[in-house]
Parts: sequence; structure tokens; C-alpha cells
Amino acid sequence: MNILQIAWKSMRQNPATSVLGILLTAFGTGILCVLLLTSRQIEEQLDNNSRGIDLVVGAKGSPIQLILSSIYHMDNPTGNISLREAQTLAANPMVKLAVPLSLGDNYKGHRIVGTDSTFLQLYNLALAEGRIWQRDFEAVIGAEVARKHGLSVGDKIYGAHGLSSEGHTHSEHPYTITGIFEPVHNVADRLILANLASVWRMHGDNDDDHDHEHGEDDHDLSGVEEHEHHHGEQHDHDHSHEEPQLVKSIMGDIGTGEREITSMLIQYRNPAAIGMFPRLVNQSTAMQAASPAIESARLFALLGIGIDSLQVLAYVIMLMAALSVFISLYNALKSRKYDLAIMRTLGASQGKLFGIVIAEGILLTFVGAILGIVIGHVALYLISASTGGATTLLETLVLLPQEAWLVLIGVSIGFVSAIIPAIKAYKTSISQTLSGN
Amino acid sequence: MHENTITPVVRLNDVAYQYPQGESLRFADLEVPPGQHTLILGDSGSGKTTLLHILSGLLKPGDGTVQVDGQQLYGLPARKLDAFRGQRIGLIFQEAHLVKSLTIKENLQIAQGFAGAKINNDRINEVLSLLNLVDKANNYPSKLSRGQLQRAAIARAVINRPAILVADEPTASLDDRNTSSVLELLLTQAEEHHATLIVATHDKRVKTRIAHAYQMGIKQ
Repeated sequence: MNILQIAWKSMRQNPATSVLGILLTAFGTGILCVLLLTSRQIEEQLDNNSRGIDLVVGAKGSPIQLILSSIYHMDNPTGNISLREAQTLAANPMVKLAVPLSLGDNYKGHRIVGTDSTFLQLYNLALAEGRIWQRDFEAVIGAEVARKHGLSVGDKIYGAHGLSSEGHTHSEHPYTITGIFEPVHNVADRLILANLASVWRMHGDNDDDHDHEHGEDDHDLSGVEEHEHHHGEQHDHDHSHEEPQLVKSIMGDIGTGEREITSMLIQYRNPAAIGMFPRLVNQSTAMQAASPAIESARLFALLGIGIDSLQVLAYVIMLMAALSVFISLYNALKSRKYDLAIMRTLGASQGKLFGIVIAEGILLTFVGAILGIVIGHVALYLISASTGGATTLLETLVLLPQEAWLVLIGVSIGFVSAIIPAIKAYKTSISQTLSGN
Repeated sequence: MHENTITPVVRLNDVAYQYPQGESLRFADLEVPPGQHTLILGDSGSGKTTLLHILSGLLKPGDGTVQVDGQQLYGLPARKLDAFRGQRIGLIFQEAHLVKSLTIKENLQIAQGFAGAKINNDRINEVLSLLNLVDKANNYPSKLSRGQLQRAAIARAVINRPAILVADEPTASLDDRNTSSVLELLLTQAEEHHATLIVATHDKRVKTRIAHAYQMGIKQ
């Protein structure tokens, strides 16, 4: 039998105190594990969702709100911006890609986004089945929307006003699902995409000529291509083609004579634009430019305050675990002093006794730390499942390299807690113990 | 011409010990030839246990030399002394003092392991068989009777074929019948394993079975 086996057997001899030490370590590690996994997921999601987006242009207001509404689709928009002004900005040579967004409705909590096919390009969206919209009130849905609501190509859905599914339902204009995207593991999986005109028409643009005059592509794909590739004459041509239309706000400002969109996602042509372009927007237009990198960092820093508080709680629990392990080992020494003295008579060195007690402390917290990691992953899955998240059981089973540090922290706590009892075991006088003195 | 001498298995020369409280003891010299089972006799508090601990390498004397199986015990580094004790000295106490968290078989395995020997389950089965404990091999000490525990403690003491078997008051709280059976067991096992038995006792019943005696407090 080696030291670990002897320590393991000794642990089993005192199940109540051992279980307490293990559970306290497990809870502490579990909380740290959940925090580690969630902050990583949040960071990853923030990163995934804003990848490729250098700037968001929208109505003046809170820049975080603009980022939350236009990239993460989690908040109300700051307002609307003029389509004409947005198009002028999109034509700037510093802009490589400009993706217009018109927001306003949702389907069971999933944003219905009026946009064009630059959106597909920005998020690298590919169709799993069906086709892209070709006319108004056709929609392509994200993989998560399809999975969660059992939707398939050909189904009809009704949008509700606002961000909540409890808003007014637009029963007069159902969207027909023409396609479903492959999952991309970002916010696009939870969106419903249609052309801009669908959103405009849904919110009061009753210009019936609109459809007939523009045909399929005018509302959709051609506009995109031109935003992206033809900043010169061709772009101007598109503008002139669209501008004469009866323009109505998508946010209730109907009849002002100018079409509006909610915001525009911008990708720069080169890094030089980083310093110049936001200033240009903020100083020379009525719009606001918000940088996803800066605002996401601010957002994560705000979330970090909550995470820090929970981390303190986890460390307090870990400290309690250390105390529990220390007390259980120290108390056990009293009842085990004969065992330890007998081991010495059998030839065990002082170092071996020291090792046995240290191994016991390490084993207790090692088992606790492993259990804590299991608890952390299961908790994360349950949290995700109860909040309707997309995390699968398989995804929650993926271990992060940082989790090895959690085990190392647990083992270190066991080691430190066991040092004093181990020294006491080391110094045990065999003769005195056996003589009963 | 060489004198035909036999090296004693235990030899004590000018051994003295001072207790932490200040009281000191000087022990008479002792030589025990191999196979000559010996009693250490004396009243309670006369220092019998102290002497056993000294000749078992558990308590370093303040003065004198202690030789067991040809080895000067206190000339050895601590680790080597521990290993020597595990290999060559078998200790038996009034109580069995088996490790409670381990089965009987595991108690014998750690005795082999701590002595630096390889785990030899055949040897364990052989010893358990000699002591009629084979069916208790996988039991924990809490499941054994007092007599079985005593036999298990003897099994642990002889597992590494020690040169000396040191027993401290093995019959102190036993009735006549059990005293006789424990003594019989100790003598049989000592013979079986070619070990010299040294028994510290103040129990007069033991004297009838072991002829040689070392009296505490009397210079031999």
C-alpha cells in the first residue's frame, strides 16, 4: 500500500468530517468554475458578436445602448437615423462594408431585423436549407430560432411590436420563412432577417408601388452589393432610385418625408479610419458613432464588478474549506496517534507520516475540487437550460485549461491546511505515545 | 585457534536513560544469545517498557550501546534505523493497536511496505493461516474479537521474519486460560520464525514458560 492508499483509507474512516471538507471545497470550486465559464462565454460572445464590426452608427444617445441594441440585440435602439445620411456615410472611401439595420419587431423574443445581404457577409452566414428572401415579408431565420420554436421553411410567423413577445402583434403581415441559416454560434443564430422594406412596410409604409417598382433585388441584395462595392456613381444611382419613394419612419415617425433606419454597422477599409471616422460622424453629422471594442470593454468591466463580488464569496467558501480540512485533520490526529506510532514501529519514517497526513489533506481538497468542477459544469448547463440558452450538454462538458488552476488551488489549500497536522504527526514521539504519556 | 563464540542477538552495554522529568535509570548489561527467549521482569514503573523501547530502537538512551542482530542501533541514521526496526524487530503490545482504517491483510501489507519489502501476499496468507486468521483477512479490526486481534498483532510482528520479537506486557489483563494461550502462541511463532522472544512482564504466570530472566534494577 502506498501513502495515497493509506490516506484514502484514513479519510474513509471519518466520513462526516471528510465529507464536510470535500463539500466546502466543492462549493467554492463550483462557484469559481461557473464564474470562469460564464465570464469566458460572455467574453467569447461579446467577441464573436462584434467580430468584424469596427463601428456602429446610430442616433445620438447612450453609446452602450447603441451597441447593445445593434450588435447584441438586447436593448431598445437609441432612435433612428436618416437613410440618406447613412448612405452618404457608407459611400465614404474609408468604409469597406456598411450594413443597414432596421429594428422594431420581434417574434417570441427574437429580433426581426430588416437588413440586406451585407449582413450575411458580415456574419459569414450560410444557408442550411431554403433560400434568401426575395421579396417583402419573406424571412430567413437563425439556427437557434428554428430549433427553439420548431420552425421550418414555408412556415409563417407573426411579428410583435417592440422587444417583447407581449407587444402588439402584426397579424396583417405574416413573414414567410424561406430559409434557415447554419449555426454560427453568435447572435445571428437568434435573429430573423428580412429586407428593409418589410420592416418599413410593417410600420406603416403603405406605398404599394414600392414592391412593383423595385422588384425583388431592389429591396435586398443589389442594394447591398452597391453599398459594398460601388461607392461611386453606382451608389449615387441607387440612392436616387430609392429616395423618391414615399418615406416613412420605422419607429412611428410616419410621414416626415424621409426614410429612416435604426443603425448601421461599419467595417473600415483600413486601420487609418479608426481615429478619423468616428470623429467625422460625431462632429459633422446628427448621428453617433460607437466603437464596439470600447463599449464592449466597458460593458465587460461593469459585469466584472458582479463577477468580482461572487469571486470573493467563492474564496471565502474556499477559506472555510481550508479551515474545515485543518480542523478535521488536527482532531483526527488525537484518535490516530496510536495508528501513527504503530506505523513508526513498523518501520515508517517521520517523513512518511508527514506525507500521509499531507496526502490526506490534498486528497480531501482534490476530490472536492473535481466535484466542484462537475457541479460548476452541471450548474452552467442547468442555468443555460432554464434561461433558454443554446448551450448543449456536450458544450458544457468541454473543459478549459484554466480549470486545471482551480484543481491546483484546491490541492494547494489541502496542502497548506495539512501542514500543521503533518508537522505534529512528524514530531510524534513513538515511545511516549505507546507508553500512554 | 579461534574461540567458538556466538554473537548475541541482543546486547546492552552501560545503557542509561534520563526521563524528561529528570529521573534517570541505569540498566544492567544484557546479552541474549539467538533463540534464548528471555523475560524482562520488574514491578510496574521499574522501567521495563523504557528498556524495551530502547532495545527496539524507539528511544535513544543517554548513554551506552545497544546492539540488535549484530547492528549498533543508535549508530544508524534515523531512516535506516526505522527500516531496520521494520525488518528485524517485531513489536507486540498489551493492546493489538492495529490501524483501524485498514483490513487485517492491509495491516500486514503496510508492515511489509514500511520495512522496505515488496508486498508478498503469499507470505501474508501463510502467516494468517498459521494464526488461523485466513477468513478474517479482509475484515476491519473493529469486526474481530479480542483474541483474534491479539493473533493479528502477532501476525503483523512476525510478517517480516524478525530477529527478535519484543512483547510488552502481552498478558497483563488476561485470565489464566488466555494467558496460557497467548504465551503458547508467542513461543510457537517465535520458534516458527526463528526469532528470539523478549517479553517484559510483571506477571508471575509467564515465568513458568520462559526460563531466562533479566531482573530490572539488579546488575547481572
